[in-house]
Amino acid sequence: MAENSYEYDMPSKSYVWMGNEAMVEGALAAGCRFFAGYPITPQNEVPERMSVRLPQLGGVFIQMEDEMASISAVVGASFAGLKAMTSTSGPGFSLMQEVMSWASSIEVPMVVADVQRTGPGAGIVNLPHHSDIIQAHYGGNGEYPVIAYAPSSCQELFDFTIDAFNDAETWRTPVVIFSDSLLGHIHEKVVVPPKKKLDQHVIPRKLATYEEDGITPLPRNKYYTFTNYDKKANIYKISIPPNIATDYFPEWLPAVTHSPQSIASEYQEAAELEVYTLNSKFGESVIKTQEYFIEDADIALVCYGLPFRSALRAVKLAREEGIKAGLFRLVTVWPFARKAVQELSQKVKKLLVPEINIGQILIWIEAAVEDGTIVEGIPSISRLHTPKELLDKIKEVAP
Amino acid sequence: MQSLPPLPERPLHPYELVSYTGRKFAQTFHIFCRGCGYGAIGQLLCRVFKDQNLDETLYPFVVGVGCYSAIPLVLPGRALMTPHGRTLAVATGIKLANPKLTPICIAGDGDNLAIGTNHFMQACRRNIGIALIMLHNNIYGMTGGQVSPTTPIGMHASTATYGYLEDEFDPVALALTAGASYVARWTTAHARQFIKSVKKALQWKGFSFIDMISQCPTYFGRHNDMAEPVDVFNWIKSNSITLEKAKDLSEDELKGKFVIGEFRETLRKELSDKYIELIKEVRSRSK
Repeated sequence: MAENSYEYDMPSKSYVWMGNEAMVEGALAAGCRFFAGYPITPQNEVPERMSVRLPQLGGVFIQMEDEMASISAVVGASFAGLKAMTSTSGPGFSLMQEVMSWASSIEVPMVVADVQRTGPGAGIVNLPHHSDIIQAHYGGNGEYPVIAYAPSSCQELFDFTIDAFNDAETWRTPVVIFSDSLLGHIHEKVVVPPKKKLDQHVIPRKLATYEEDGITPLPRNKYYTFTNYDKKANIYKISIPPNIATDYFPEWLPAVTHSPQSIASEYQEAAELEVYTLNSKFGESVIKTQEYFIEDADIALVCYGLPFRSALRAVKLAREEGIKAGLFRLVTVWPFARKAVQELSQKVKKLLVPEINIGQILIWIEAAVEDGTIVEGIPSISRLHTPKELLDKIKEVAP
Repeated sequence: MQSLPPLPERPLHPYELVSYTGRKFAQTFHIFCRGCGYGAIGQLLCRVFKDQNLDETLYPFVVGVGCYSAIPLVLPGRALMTPHGRTLAVATGIKLANPKLTPICIAGDGDNLAIGTNHFMQACRRNIGIALIMLHNNIYGMTGGQVSPTTPIGMHASTATYGYLEDEFDPVALALTAGASYVARWTTAHARQFIKSVKKALQWKGFSFIDMISQCPTYFGRHNDMAEPVDVFNWIKSNSITLEKAKDLSEDELKGKFVIGEFRETLRKELSDKYIELIKEVRSRSK
């Protein structure tokens, strides 16, 4: 309902929202006006609130017949000019991988929220488990990149969802938000920023009829449907996604390997160009990390998502006891902050990696660190670490 | 040595001007096999666009995976190719996001009745404003002639060397049961009727489904002793029977026949229209 879309209507003040609701409000504040979903615990509050809120803002909510259909509809809506998202949990996320792969290859801006639960199989529906971290990157066929945010509180669910939509628009790629059944169901204070601040922050959907400045008309024959690599300047030019109701949409937008001008190709060179372009178009510029007490630390905890909260408490307690502990947080899990972790490993002697799984990012950290740095995982299955557990571990390995 | 004649500056045939290859290369070539019906179907769709003077940007094509994935080469307008079976789901998103558009889905019998059956039935039920043209050639052509859900019982294919054991799907009966508001079936031997039907479907307020039976001489014909392209065409033609004539026949007599005609034309409220009304109501309530 592109022409019937209305502005975000929540007044700027603090609210108490459930994690899943905060994510919905963040998406709406970011301009999301299309949601297609399928019921799966523990993300049911997301479609439920979307079905109430989207018609109020002139947007569309539809409950589709399965997860493949949901994410396919999101791709369609994105091409029709709306910012769109879907949400699911682990079993549904694995079904969505087919379209994640396709959407990455044809560079569709969209957001997929994964409210993770215990696996494998149907698992336990209401226990948190960061089981889909690797799947988000390597779940689909082919090699494609993914941007993935890992919030740790309801406020972050609101803020990072806006960031996720901004990244999707900027880099023309599907963006994943990692929540989990614990984070999705805690109730916390969420502050909605003033409208002026939101307007400055949110990146609107652009129309492909203009150059990047938004004023100069762009001739159709100079328009590239997909990201194109400028060899001379060694930069990737991200073109504005084509709207299906305009002449800028190609005569044939193929799901197969294609050139930047949307010509289907079966040549090896075309595959090479596409795979390299997709995987290098945003490089390290989208990576976001946070550091706490790292300057003089001997031991550093590396974490993402919910364990960040326990880890921050544990590090503060350790500092009170005179242990030089620090905390390094991956705000975006993907792309992996290889360089930052490598630099971190030069500063500290030991890295502890608390994760709510058997160690999915641990292997990436082990591969990134300098020789001689000790890396140890602190796995936890379907349960958030308590600060005391982490503190005990810090004490155990402290010099 | 005799040189080739130069390419004409303008396409010679008026229908060529609307097709993709016509615009790009002043030619109406397609890449389908000798005798395949898909090139003809593409050309017929070009005629609809030309005759009706349709605004191409309002009728985007959404194409699935099969031999017809290359049909955008002969189609007018814009086309989005989707993963196997997801045409209708993608088109649902397009239609709801921009109700001014009428997506035209091109799907095959494998696409629409095997991997994407659920989306097909749900789209019929929702009565969303999409025109679905199902290219029905009784076989998986692109992958090398495997059986499809519409391969007639006893027929042969590369995965049914000894004859197919299962009963075939009737897509029209399925669409009628699921609640599609416009349902028709034609074959490549009924080009004029097909054009009329497509014209109706594009203006139809609701979900419209056209089952278009087409010949696949390369695989279906070869595996079933109909090696010449015209053999399969004639097989389809001789087995077609109009809806009026079929009424007097018993179920046994209709076995193996393609009943053609318009099966249902009942207007029902369209989904995106209902959604626009819902938004208006919710907005007025919250004020």
